[in-house]
Amino acid sequence: MHADEKFTDATWPASPEKATLEGKNKYLGFWLFLGGETVLFASLFATYLALKDKVPNGEAALAKDLFELPLTFVATMLLLTSSLTSVYAMYHMKNNHFKQMQAWLVITIALGFGFLGLEIYEFNHYVHKFHHTFTSSAFGSAFYTLVGFHGGHVAFGLMWFISLMVRNARRGLNLYNAPKFYIASLYWHFIDVVWVFIFTVVYLMGMVG
Amino acid sequence: MSTYANKKGFGATIWDYLTTVDHKKIAILYLISGGLFFVIGGLEAMFIRIQLAIPNNDFVSAGFYNEILTMHGTTMIFLAAMPLVFAVMNAVVPLQIGARDVAFPFLNSLGFWLFFFGGVFLNLSWFLGGAPDAGWTSYASLSLHSAGHGVDFYVLGLQISGFGTLMAGINFLVTIINMRAPGMTYMRMPLFTWSTFVVSALILFAFPPLTVGLVLMMFDRMFGANFFDVAAGGNTIIWEHLFWIFGHPEVYILILPAFGIFSEIFATFSRKRLFGYSSMVFATVLIGFLGFMVWAHHMFTTGLGPIANAIFAVATMAIAVPTGIKIFNWIFTMWGGSVKFTVPMLYAVAFIPTFTMGGVTGIMLASAPADYQYHDSYFVVAHFHYVIVGGVVLGLLAGINFYWPKMFGTILNEKLGQITFWTFLIGFHLTFFIQHFLGLMGMPRRVFTFMDNQGLNTGNMISTVGAFLMAFGVLVMVINIIITSVKNEKVGNDPWGDGRTLEWAIPSPPPFYNFKQLPLVRGLDAYWVEKMEGKKEMTPAEPLGDIHMPNSSFLPVTIAFGLFVAAFGALYHMDDKSWTLPIIILGLLITFGSMLIRSIKDDHGYHIHKEDLMDDTDKGGKA
Repeated sequence: MHADEKFTDATWPASPEKATLEGKNKYLGFWLFLGGETVLFASLFATYLALKDKVPNGEAALAKDLFELPLTFVATMLLLTSSLTSVYAMYHMKNNHFKQMQAWLVITIALGFGFLGLEIYEFNHYVHKFHHTFTSSAFGSAFYTLVGFHGGHVAFGLMWFISLMVRNARRGLNLYNAPKFYIASLYWHFIDVVWVFIFTVVYLMGMVG
Repeated sequence: MSTYANKKGFGATIWDYLTTVDHKKIAILYLISGGLFFVIGGLEAMFIRIQLAIPNNDFVSAGFYNEILTMHGTTMIFLAAMPLVFAVMNAVVPLQIGARDVAFPFLNSLGFWLFFFGGVFLNLSWFLGGAPDAGWTSYASLSLHSAGHGVDFYVLGLQISGFGTLMAGINFLVTIINMRAPGMTYMRMPLFTWSTFVVSALILFAFPPLTVGLVLMMFDRMFGANFFDVAAGGNTIIWEHLFWIFGHPEVYILILPAFGIFSEIFATFSRKRLFGYSSMVFATVLIGFLGFMVWAHHMFTTGLGPIANAIFAVATMAIAVPTGIKIFNWIFTMWGGSVKFTVPMLYAVAFIPTFTMGGVTGIMLASAPADYQYHDSYFVVAHFHYVIVGGVVLGLLAGINFYWPKMFGTILNEKLGQITFWTFLIGFHLTFFIQHFLGLMGMPRRVFTFMDNQGLNTGNMISTVGAFLMAFGVLVMVINIIITSVKNEKVGNDPWGDGRTLEWAIPSPPPFYNFKQLPLVRGLDAYWVEKMEGKKEMTPAEPLGDIHMPNSSFLPVTIAFGLFVAAFGALYHMDDKSWTLPIIILGLLITFGSMLIRSIKDDHGYHIHKEDLMDDTDKGGKA
């Protein structure tokens, strides 16, 4: 079975992402990579918790002064919805519906950009309103590093989706690019899961204490 | 055939190695660069021992001594031991499981080049204003206040080479899970493959904390963050935790492959099945698991409190149990076997008492209250050199001697090998045994000189003499390698005569596709099973067919090179120079641009056709 072979709906395999050995390797390798990423974010979370509200003097802003739930709630909804739309995209990928897959990916990307825009607005707000910057305190460094690492992952994920969609726009799905789309969406889900923890640990726990 | 495989000439060979994705050639690249860094780290060790040969010596200045000792540790761990371990893994593991390559050949090459450029970057510090001088552990309280750019070289160099290591870890995990030959069940995998498997999992979970630690250090030093700056609310202990959550598994990442190599050697040269195979597997996995539970034993004197210290002390001592199981299994493997004392076997036999001594001092250090006495003394230096040199380096020397024929098709000279073995072993014990006592007498580690009339003179002199013996042994080994390569006398598939596993069933060195037909594995020690039934080769598991091979690529070099460029920009960014930001952007553009090319350019590989394989009888040999 050659990877660039053309398929009809009838011959398209049930799990195209794992139909070739290369696909199988990518699928497993990427899950393992996400295991490493989990440890990476765990280290960042631990650092954040150790340095939360650790500031040089009494005037510096603390977590409870900074965070506002409405903004982060909207951001959370955007990102969670984008995870759902990427599931729809993968559903169509598995059914060899290339156009629908691209359409859902476009929605996913739009939501991702919406999230990123809100995050940039939020950071800007903290810097100018509260003078809460990357260099102002250990708390600031830890906050921007943890949330910024996540934001960087979102940006990378968006670039990844876009380059995959542009590259494959004219030739449709085959067993060579199906695993590529699939692992990009795995990555997107992972980013979403990390955000759930950031929302809980940074924002919700930041609000209460 | 790949485009350049048939071309001859120096330029073509260089280009071939720059673009290769063949695990056997990548193994050679790892071996050469790891060997080079081993020599550099060894020279640094000689500087240390010359400086400490006599009291009040002024061979090097105090500041320069700090740089040498930092670079000795960093180079030996990250740039010598790790790549040499990867050299053996790359050379052997795909062959042992009956695969034609690793799961991600491109990533394999990228991992090497990241390591290489990271290592070169770190060592360029010598010529660009001074090397790092805060110790290989680079504790934040020291490194934040280190003047110059030494620590920045450490941070960025290790970051780049760390990415490479992480990729190698994932690669070997997927290779071992997905690419085993028919019949090669988990409990039929050779012990070296098992230890590679466990070690790869350790790499996957241990390197991200180092990545984070290095990122935080980079932010603090280069971009004005305050993670470790106590005045701004920071906490230097965070670095210690992150470093050791990585650093302790790291020592198991180094020692487990050595255990694997020795397990192969004991079985081969005792002409017996490895005693207690399943318990060996179990012990390897258990050591890997416990390796993550003990990092704070490096921090007993940090002040974590008696409860934390007690828990970590007990967990540390627990590791002695699976290690003891292994020691006894190796001894029982030799028991009743027809033992042949070849050079690899000599290393293996010497390893048992040497490593056990390192283990015993390990238990002493694990007793938290006693550790307050040993901490930061030469006793610690003696301990970790007993486990790392007595375990890892002896393992690597044994492995290089053992697998040299498989990698290069020639066999190293036994006489010269024995000279290396004896001088290295005697030199090693001379150097480090006495250091236990120097430490107990109160000599602190990382001190650049000591005073006369404190009873430390003789011990230090003996230690220095030993170091020269070790250097002599390594020199003889280099001569041995040169002589063997010049003579170039080719050996057959199974030069030791008693090979047990799949790699000995194919030519030395193997053809670039490894196995013409994938072999059928019918038991533990697959090749031995066939031998015992009077067969000369493996039974094929598939008919002769087209073989799919990956394409060569230059992109790994450019991806790694881009990070190397960006690192210079980041390094000088704190000096407020105007050119730094463009350099960072340029470097990242090279890296991400190369990644984009990799993503959008289809790479389906190519096929070797069945007909070509049939012509190729002299090169291939059946599986």
